[in-house]
Parts: sequence; C-alpha cells; structure tokens
Amino acid sequence: MEYGVCGNFKETYEKDMEIYQTKFHKFCLYGFLVLLYIFPLFGGKYLLYVANLMAIGVIGAIGLNILTGFAGQISLGHGAFIGIGAYACAYFTSNLGMSFWIAMPLAGVVTAVIGMIFGIPSLRLKGLYLAIATLAAQFIIEYIIVHWEAVTNGVLGKMVDSPHIGSFAFNTDKSYFYLSVTIAIILTIFAKNIIRTKTGRAFVAIRDNYIAAEIIGVDIFRYKLYAFAISSFYAGIAGSLWAHYLTLITPEHFTIGVSIEYLAMIIIGGLGSILGSIFGAVFMIALPEFLRFISGVVSQSYPAIINIFAALREGVFGLVIILFLIYEPKGMAHRWNLIKAYWKLWPFSY
Amino acid sequence: MEQFIQLIITGIVLGSIYALVALGFVLIYKSTSVINFAQGEFLMLGAYICLQMVVGFHIPFWIAFFLTLIVCAIIGLLIERLFLRPMIGEPIISIIMLTIGLSSVIRSIIAIFWGTQTKVFPQIFSEKPIHITKHIGISEVYIYSIVFAAIFLGIFTLFFKYNRSGIAMRATADDQQAAMSMGISIKKVFALAWCIAAVVAAVGGILIGNINGINVSLSFYGLKVFPVVILGGLDSIGGAIIGGLIIGILENLCGGYLDPIIPGIKEVAPFIVLVFILMVKPYGLFGTEEIEKV
Repeated sequence: MEYGVCGNFKETYEKDMEIYQTKFHKFCLYGFLVLLYIFPLFGGKYLLYVANLMAIGVIGAIGLNILTGFAGQISLGHGAFIGIGAYACAYFTSNLGMSFWIAMPLAGVVTAVIGMIFGIPSLRLKGLYLAIATLAAQFIIEYIIVHWEAVTNGVLGKMVDSPHIGSFAFNTDKSYFYLSVTIAIILTIFAKNIIRTKTGRAFVAIRDNYIAAEIIGVDIFRYKLYAFAISSFYAGIAGSLWAHYLTLITPEHFTIGVSIEYLAMIIIGGLGSILGSIFGAVFMIALPEFLRFISGVVSQSYPAIINIFAALREGVFGLVIILFLIYEPKGMAHRWNLIKAYWKLWPFSY
Repeated sequence: MEQFIQLIITGIVLGSIYALVALGFVLIYKSTSVINFAQGEFLMLGAYICLQMVVGFHIPFWIAFFLTLIVCAIIGLLIERLFLRPMIGEPIISIIMLTIGLSSVIRSIIAIFWGTQTKVFPQIFSEKPIHITKHIGISEVYIYSIVFAAIFLGIFTLFFKYNRSGIAMRATADDQQAAMSMGISIKKVFALAWCIAAVVAAVGGILIGNINGINVSLSFYGLKVFPVVILGGLDSIGGAIIGGLIIGILENLCGGYLDPIIPGIKEVAPFIVLVFILMVKPYGLFGTEEIEKV
C-alpha cells in the first residue's frame, strides 16, 4: 500500500488537475469498476433492477449537477428534459424505425437543443426567477407530452422495444445493466473531463461571481447556454435509457416530482461534485427501496402500515432531505472527503 | 359579450384567491428572501385543521376559523424555529430544497391523518348567487375571498409602511447585516414572517376548501401561484394582488375561448405568459431590481 503525502506538494497545474492523485486511488477505482462488472453474476433480479435505475439516475444527476452545481443555474425542469429525451428516442426507434444506437445520441442532441431554448431566459434571469422560469418549462413540456398525441401517444403511454445488437437483445435486467452502466461510466468520465477544461472553469466562474467572470472575458450567455445544452444532453441520454428499460413510458414518469427528486439527489450528494452526483443518485434511489423493505418487515406485526405506506414514504423522503440540509449542508461528497482525510493520517490524525 | 363579462368576473374572484395565496409568498420573500415551495401545503393544512374543528369537534364555523388562524400561526412559528433558522446563510437552492422537503412532510402528515379522499365543508356560505346584473351572479364565498384579499392588502400595506415591525421586516429584507447593526432582531422578523404567511395561507385554504372541497390536490395551488408572484414581482404586495387578478382573468379567458380549440391550455397558459413576461421584465411588473456589484 502506498501512503499519501501529508501536505500538498504539487508543483505544476497538471499535477493538481490529475484525476488519479495516487496509485492507490487508481487501484481502488479500477477495483471498483471490476466489481461493478462482475456484480450481475451474483446480484439477483431485484438488485439488478435497482442497479439499473441507479445507473440511469447517475447520468441524469450528473447532467443536473453540471448545470446547477457547476454553472449555478437552478433548474426545476430536469424531469421534463428527461421526458423529452425518452419520447424523442422512443419516436425515433418506434415511429421512424431507427436503430437505438443512433436514436439515443440523436435524442440527446434534440434534448440539448430544446434545453438551450429554455436556457435563453437565463440571459436576463438569475437565481429564483430563473428557477421559476425552469418550473414553467417543466409544466409547458409536460403539457406538450400529454397533448401531442401523434408523437407521444398521450396519457396512454408509448411502447418501446428493447435495444439490440444483431440478434442479441438487451431485454433482461442483467444485460441491460451492462448497457446502462457502461454508458454511465463513459458519461461520468466525459463530465469529469469537461469540468477540467476551459468550459468547466468558465462554468465555475459564472457560478461564483458572474460579473467578475464577465470582466475577465467569459462570454456569460454562451457558457450558460453550453451548460444548459450539456445538462439537457445528459438528461436526454438518461431519458432514452430509461424509456428502453421500462419499455412503456407515460407522462406520469416525467412530472415535477422527478425534477425535485433529481434536485434532491445533487443537493444531498453535493453540489459541484461529480462524485456527489453519484452518491446522491444511489442514495435517493436506494431510499424508497429501503423504506419498502422496512415497511414489509414492520407490516408483519402492524398490518395497518400498508395503508399509509405511500404517505409515510413521502414523509420520510421529505424528512431525509430536510435533515441532510440541516446537518450535512455540503452533501455526502464532503463527508466522504472528511472520512478519507481522517484515514489518510490514521492513526496519527492530530 | 355576456360570456365575456361572466368570464372576467369569475376571473377576478379566482384571481383574488390566487392573490391571497401569493400574499403569503411575497411576505416571506420580502422579509427573509426565502421562497416558500410549501405555501400550497400551508394552505391545505389550514383547510384541514378548520375542517377538523368544524366537522370533528363541532365548533361553530367562525370560532373555528379564528382558532385555525391561531393554530396556523403557531405552526408557522414552529416551522421557522425548527427548520428554517438552522438554514440562515445557506445558498438559495438549499433553502428551496428545504421548503420542498417540508412540503412533502406536510402532505404526508395530512394523508396519514385525514386520508386522500376529497372532503367537503358543511354548508357555510349561501349557495344562492348574488346578482350584479340580471344575468351575472357570483356566489357568496367569492365575495368573501375578494373582501379578505382587500382587507389583507390594506392591512399589510399599512403594516409595512407605518408599523415598527413592518419597517423592521423591510429593513431586514434590504440588508440583513445593516438591520442587525441597527438593533433589529432578525430572528423575530423571520418568525413573524412565517407566522403571518401561515395565517394568510390558512385563510386562502379555508376559502378554497369551501368552494371546491378539500383534497391533496389543493397543494397544487402553491405551484399555480408562481406565475402570479413572478408577474407582480417577488417582493411587491400590490404586485401579488394585481398579478393574482391578471392571472385569474387570463386563465378564465383561455378556459372560455381557447379550450375548445386547444384542450387543457387553461392549465399552462399562465406559465407560458410567465416565460414571456420574464423575458421582457426580469423582475416582474413591480419587483425591485437588484443592483449587483462585484
């Protein structure tokens, strides 16, 4: 095992920007990836189902975190953008007969363009006013999804086939897991690298102080639109994957509740942190499943709990968010770093 | 023409209810710079508490009404003390999220105690419409909602202009540090703001409850009110009232004339208008423009 140094001895920018700070770090990461890929061999159907949702959630959460966490533009319409991606991909594959592998990136691009259109008000709007403009986007898109029946099939929902390569179809939880996790990993690496480039630094500059950013020569409007585009692209991909995993999508899947859930993911995980988006997504998707498990156990002794389970789950969901915000305002990623720092100097952490 | 006038009048009464709900929003924003996503749930909570008193405990309506206001004031204080105070100094998005979390907690509590079925108040306001002209009439409950909106508008305008606490609230909204150094207790101001907002929401909730019955979807009013507050400007009380009326009328006109052509447009029309208004006037009609420095 290699020990990290006690101080910060980086002498070049390249050194500071490195993804793998130590060899041990690199080893852990690759180890984790290997475990991830052999997980389906051991995990049951239910665990794989949850893992698929998590992988899709991670993609969506990273997208939102780029917009809200890095560029500082609060969005309450992420769920609707995921919906656009889902319906666009479904339309391309079912109605136009495209292959999923072309339709998915195309759906991402369509969502990115629509995201940019709804990002235009951000030129003049800030903070709360922008948050509410994106809320309007959520309702307008939801309305279009319900009423544009030629494309979306309205409230009845739209059937989608599972993606396939040649004759091999990704129609089981296990095979789909490889698909969603691979795409999630690619997009995570992509996001991690975006924020290390000029674009990423421009996002952070706009978030921290947009006037100062403008003075040092960042074209605010252009980079805000980039942020909306990248974020919506991620939402589009997440939506495509979700649509082809569920194989039946209805407007119910893309309500304001979904937007809120994604916002909760990145706040609980940690704003402005890719790792935080992953933690947040995993946590927020595991939470309802955990509550279901708990209520299953409790209902054996108190059967009445089944009736109020839905309400109880919502309450616990809200309470967890509140407690996190009060006691862990910087998110799980921050706590993770503290834990790492503690072990780095263990047992001499004075 | 008659249909037009009828639509305008129902628009005004609907708008006056929006205005009542929007008032609570604006009050909280004006003094604490917090936007309260749980306003719709406050509304619902007020309605359910009043219902419980009238139906469950058989208290006469008007006494129950004032008791509800007291209970809601206490709930507002508690919420501020328990949840909002630890958040002072946190970024906007965290506070938004906190109020969203709060809204799901309140919804869940209501669902556990009262279930999800629609409940109705016993008849309190007379069903018989009051005729303005021969063909155009409004039912009594609508008159009450207009009256309440007018009363609250009057009270709060005077309160913010002349009352010491009102001026302290305005000062706090303007600059918290400066207000503190002038000896204003920020904690008291915040508590007062949440208290008032809960009370105003409860009045709105009871009135809406008397019109449509009470169920969980009542909380949707909290979201519907966003176009109203944005239109009027987040920190303008007069703006909340005028915005409420405009959106109410707009919604009714869209419902009356456009719905047959584009089904369901009534629900989203306020939001579409909202986007365009924001493009032209980013701080709403009467909102204060923020001047920022590096």
